[in-house]
Amino acid sequence: MSSIKIQISQNTRSKIEEICKSYNYEQGELINVLHKTQEYLGYLPAEAQEVIAKEMNIPTAKVYGVVSFYSFFTMVPKGRFPISICMGTACYVRGAEKILDEFKKQLGLSVGETAPDGLFSLASLRCVGACGLAPVVLVGEKVYGRLATDDVKGIIDEYKNSADVI
Amino acid sequence: MDQVKLTIDKREVVVPKGTTILKAAATIGIHIPTLCYFELKGMNITNKPGGCRICVVEVEGRRNLAPACVTEVMEGMVVKTNSVRVYNARRTVLELILSDHPADCLVCAKSGDCELQDLAIRFGVREIPFQGEMSTYQLETSPSIIRDNNKCIMCRRCELVCNEFQTVGALSAVDRGFQAVVTTAFNQKMSHSPCTFCGQCVAVCPVGALTEVDNTPRVMRAIANDKKTVVVQVAPAVRVALGEEFGMKPGSIVTGKLTTALRELGFDYVFDTDWSADLTIMEEGTELIDRLTRHLNGDKTVKLPLLTSCCPAWVNFFEHNFPDLKDIPSSAKSPQQMFGAIAKTYFADKIGVKREDLIVVSVMPCLAKKYECAREEFIIDGNPDVDFSITTRELAHMIKQANLDFETLEETDFDSPLGESTGAAVIFGTTGGVIEAACRTAVEVITKKPLDRIDFEELRGLEGIRAATIDVDGFPLKIGIAHGLSNARKLLEQIQRGESDFHAIEVMACPGGCINGGGQPLNHGDAEIIKARWAALYEADRNFPVRKSHENQSVMTLYKEFLGEPCGHKSHELLHTHYFDKQKVIEIKAD
Ligand code: SF4
Ligand code: SF4
Ligand code: SF4
Ligand code: FES
Ligand code: FES
Repeated sequence: MSSIKIQISQNTRSKIEEICKSYNYEQGELINVLHKTQEYLGYLPAEAQEVIAKEMNIPTAKVYGVVSFYSFFTMVPKGRFPISICMGTACYVRGAEKILDEFKKQLGLSVGETAPDGLFSLASLRCVGACGLAPVVLVGEKVYGRLATDDVKGIIDEYKNSADVI
Repeated sequence: MDQVKLTIDKREVVVPKGTTILKAAATIGIHIPTLCYFELKGMNITNKPGGCRICVVEVEGRRNLAPACVTEVMEGMVVKTNSVRVYNARRTVLELILSDHPADCLVCAKSGDCELQDLAIRFGVREIPFQGEMSTYQLETSPSIIRDNNKCIMCRRCELVCNEFQTVGALSAVDRGFQAVVTTAFNQKMSHSPCTFCGQCVAVCPVGALTEVDNTPRVMRAIANDKKTVVVQVAPAVRVALGEEFGMKPGSIVTGKLTTALRELGFDYVFDTDWSADLTIMEEGTELIDRLTRHLNGDKTVKLPLLTSCCPAWVNFFEHNFPDLKDIPSSAKSPQQMFGAIAKTYFADKIGVKREDLIVVSVMPCLAKKYECAREEFIIDGNPDVDFSITTRELAHMIKQANLDFETLEETDFDSPLGESTGAAVIFGTTGGVIEAACRTAVEVITKKPLDRIDFEELRGLEGIRAATIDVDGFPLKIGIAHGLSNARKLLEQIQRGESDFHAIEVMACPGGCINGGGQPLNHGDAEIIKARWAALYEADRNFPVRKSHENQSVMTLYKEFLGEPCGHKSHELLHTHYFDKQKVIEIKAD
């Protein structure tokens, strides 16, 4: 009959506490708190949600409800090479969906997922402001423009190879 | 109050301003179908997310159909509840829900009592035209509850009850669109969540998404085993609700038929949890008197108020949410567990049966009791004090399977010695009953003179939080009562702030107490049913020749022959327990 234990590092815990405090523990600010925490951690692991729930005095189930409702929150850490496909209007019209499908096929991932080896993760974005280059894909900070489905394999290989080297 | 006149299906209706179309229609006998809507009048439970739209009606002058459960009436409104347009819209809503709903009614635990099934019958649905993707969630089983998210229709009633009424927050709507369901945090097991197993989510779920763990096969196997002696105990609230499962009117007292049915089912001894409720009063009452006397004598170490401890969902709640207060509840076990402990010692010895050959079954209005008998501290060397707990609903199924015509069964009595009881015990089944029973004994013991009245009317009622002061020879004994864990929470927070001046507080988790427990026949939002059961318990109390627990002769014999005195050494060993801190712990790990 012991209680359930959640483990988290001191740094993460202090940071989350700081974020909750900066929003005055106001329950209406939950989404902002989650945003800030995700900015810091890159994702929202269950343990982080537990700490937020406790700090803000909101049931964990409710916090998870919010996290799972909005697509911009993720519970999985991003890959070492996070791939984001722009789904803004310009990119969409120029075939972003086909590019996305090709990435999905090649990587065997859906949007929001990270490969088991942690190398790649797949996400979709709103307009990234490079419409002239549509369709646009970001890998980490690096921008790839005017892409065709044929280019997808090359991009993936480029990173696979660099990973092998390291 | 302002009155509003409107027309519904060509008939004029006058209702107070603010009434919904749904309720206005009901006043003239027009019953608009509903699904997500749920209300328990007077209990502070209303779910109207306006989400399912099965209740749509046509309002003249409006382009869109309006959901009747949330749309308020307006002067001169002209409403049609049965136009072809309305039929079609409702049918489409229903067909869409059904297109993502497993059509396994034949083997569903809710079959025959399911609101979605009722609608499909009412609408004469013969095929489901939309063949869409089907959800594929895992079934989840806890000691009390089975969750089948594939059947969830997102009415969100359970979410409301668990969050608003119980303030437990084990359940929440998660995900969106097609994926949306109500579930636990991270879809974990319920035993990993703060769930108290009160079962109120099961009681309000219109479909088979939330159901109880069915223990009847195990009970039947035990009965069929010649080597086992099977004893059954029945909780107070069962006898005023079971009849409903056989078409009898709510509030029918069916004690005598119930005992006959249990014998027909093959139980070797038919005993009564009321007997151990009297025993509970002896223990809890003695504890109260002891704490009170020490307090009055200036002993600063005494903690007051004493909190009752017979509702296992409530016990779970304070273990999870108020572990700092875990030494103020009474240490007395619940009547179910007291019964088990005595049956497997005193009674087993009496009839010369070994502990492991005696099976104790309980019939309870409650889902938390299933969880309770699985608690480690109530299991000795792998053998639980209470082997299986079944609900009122499960017992009804057993009776139906056994081809018994319940209504015409002859009336019989409980067996002896664990079957004798008093009026004080039977009112354990409702909010206020436990503390009234305790007062009947405590006041008489303290004042050392017979009570001048047995009915403590001031402790009765169905308001969520009640308070009363009882005069004990000039000493004002302050009593608090709460049902519903949101109400209990308020009283506990008062205690934490040091603002509580109650000497004793009774808490029951379910709205109305056990009469409306998670294992009772479903009320489908009819609060009158609960009131009828409530009145029936007090009627049963009045019908008893003996109405005070300390006058239960069989319990007195138990003390003489076996226990010694209330709260004595043996009692402590068998009838008392302790509580745990179950609050989630956040530990720091190395980076
Ligand atoms: S059993 Fe009670 S506490 Fe548990 S999820 Fe259901 S309503 Fe909430
Ligand atoms: S589990 Fe039942 S009560 Fe809860 S939202 Fe789903 S259908 Fe409604
Ligand atoms: S109030 Fe009664 S039925 Fe409800 S959880 Fe408590 S003991 Fe069980
Ligand atoms: S739409 Fe893709 S960059 Fe603007
Ligand atoms: S019953 Fe009215 S919207 Fe569901």
